[in-house]
Amino acid sequence: MPKRKKLTTAQQDYANTAKALEPKRPVVKNVLMAFVVGGLICTLGQILQFIFINYFGFEESQAGNPTAAVLIIISALLTGLGIYDHIAQRAGAGTAVPITGFANSIASAAIEHRSEGYVLGVGANMFKVAGSVIVFGVFSAFVVAIIKILINGVGGL
Amino acid sequence: MLRGRQSWQFDTKPVIVSTAAVGGSFEGKGPLAADFDVIYDDIWLGQDSFEKAEQKLLENACHIAMDKAGLKPEDITFFLSGDLMNQIISSSFTARSLGIPYLGLFGACSSSMEGLALACKLLDNGGANYVLAATSSHNAASEKQYRYPTEYGAQKPPTAQWTVTGAGAVIIGREGTGPVITGTTIGKVVDMGISDPFNMGAAMAPAAVDTIEIHFNDFGIDADYYDLIATGDLGLTGYTIAKELMKKRGISIADNVYTDCGILIYGQNPLVFSGASGCGCSAAVTYGHFLNRMKKGEIKKMLIVATGALLSPMSYQQKETIPCIAHAVSFEIS
Repeated sequence: MPKRKKLTTAQQDYANTAKALEPKRPVVKNVLMAFVVGGLICTLGQILQFIFINYFGFEESQAGNPTAAVLIIISALLTGLGIYDHIAQRAGAGTAVPITGFANSIASAAIEHRSEGYVLGVGANMFKVAGSVIVFGVFSAFVVAIIKILINGVGGL
Repeated sequence: MLRGRQSWQFDTKPVIVSTAAVGGSFEGKGPLAADFDVIYDDIWLGQDSFEKAEQKLLENACHIAMDKAGLKPEDITFFLSGDLMNQIISSSFTARSLGIPYLGLFGACSSSMEGLALACKLLDNGGANYVLAATSSHNAASEKQYRYPTEYGAQKPPTAQWTVTGAGAVIIGREGTGPVITGTTIGKVVDMGISDPFNMGAAMAPAAVDTIEIHFNDFGIDADYYDLIATGDLGLTGYTIAKELMKKRGISIADNVYTDCGILIYGQNPLVFSGASGCGCSAAVTYGHFLNRMKKGEIKKMLIVATGALLSPMSYQQKETIPCIAHAVSFEIS
């Protein structure tokens, strides 16, 4: 991966001047909002799961699938209606981390590239944001599985 | 005529024959709404892609400018245009439909004054009768190319800027009663090591200050010469930094003289974070708002310093810093 070039003294001085005058990211507020909104989305998921178990006769182990599906539909709808990005500006990681963020990244890319056609546009670009989540998600799962096998192999914990 | 290190003084004083500024609905809600010739409520402008919508903005701005001057495409000697899209498609495709001999430019958001400076040079040398110079940008088309999909929920920092959906066009000629262009300073590329594409104001501010300082030196004037000095699209962050840099270099410009197009176009709207950016920003504000104020006699002499960040979506992923440029053009009432 390319490394960032070393800054000259004048550039370093400028970076300090600029930094002092730039508005800062409101990190504490962002973290709190992410916690609250992310928590609310998970609570909504929990309510949906409860409904699927108690009113639609799903087993607890099976109720996760329709719950995820409903959250994905809601997220895709809000993306299509142009609302999701406005919520995300306030919620930050709170809307990015749960399954809704994943759905938003795919739906938004699909909408965006519709003008280049279904194959070279929608199909090729749908995963341009979500792709790295899939790649590194699958890879980390693989590493964790190997570790689990190794631990079990030596007699487990 | 060459003045100093890198400036041209136009002895023939090319005249602004007509101008046009068009914008989208978001620009139409801003404080400068009345200065636009047309506000389009539909960001698609009836087209089936954002790229085509941007082209339509540019085409319409050019047609409005020609209509106001009572000129036809065949009367215009050259068309100079630039935009932010890859391979400057908005400009070249507009040139295709206008059928005017064309020179495409890329100076990112500085293209507005780059085009005007070159147009004046062409006229000053007797190389043209009328020259049309224009630039455009489209919020969604730029977001799509430079950042994430429009509807993707990425949180932007407070230093981010909002790309203007709009276009500005100007026709200059040899005769007329409008304001004249007296000189220009061509900027050099300045890179002070900023690499965050969500902090363009801080990246571009040194380039703007550099060009302003050289402009004053080349023409042997100071800030008092002008009633108004405006940078293109530094936004609030870049504007604050530029003022600090000028103070450090001993350039004094009064607060009521120095302003920034990126701050003016949307006013204090938290949705746009630090302010506006895009080729359409300085073009629409200059060719709409500022020239209207000049016509009313509120401004007699002004210097527009259009600033451009010369990055590509790939260059910042490869951790390159952002090279920036600024070109200044001096407008005066004849």
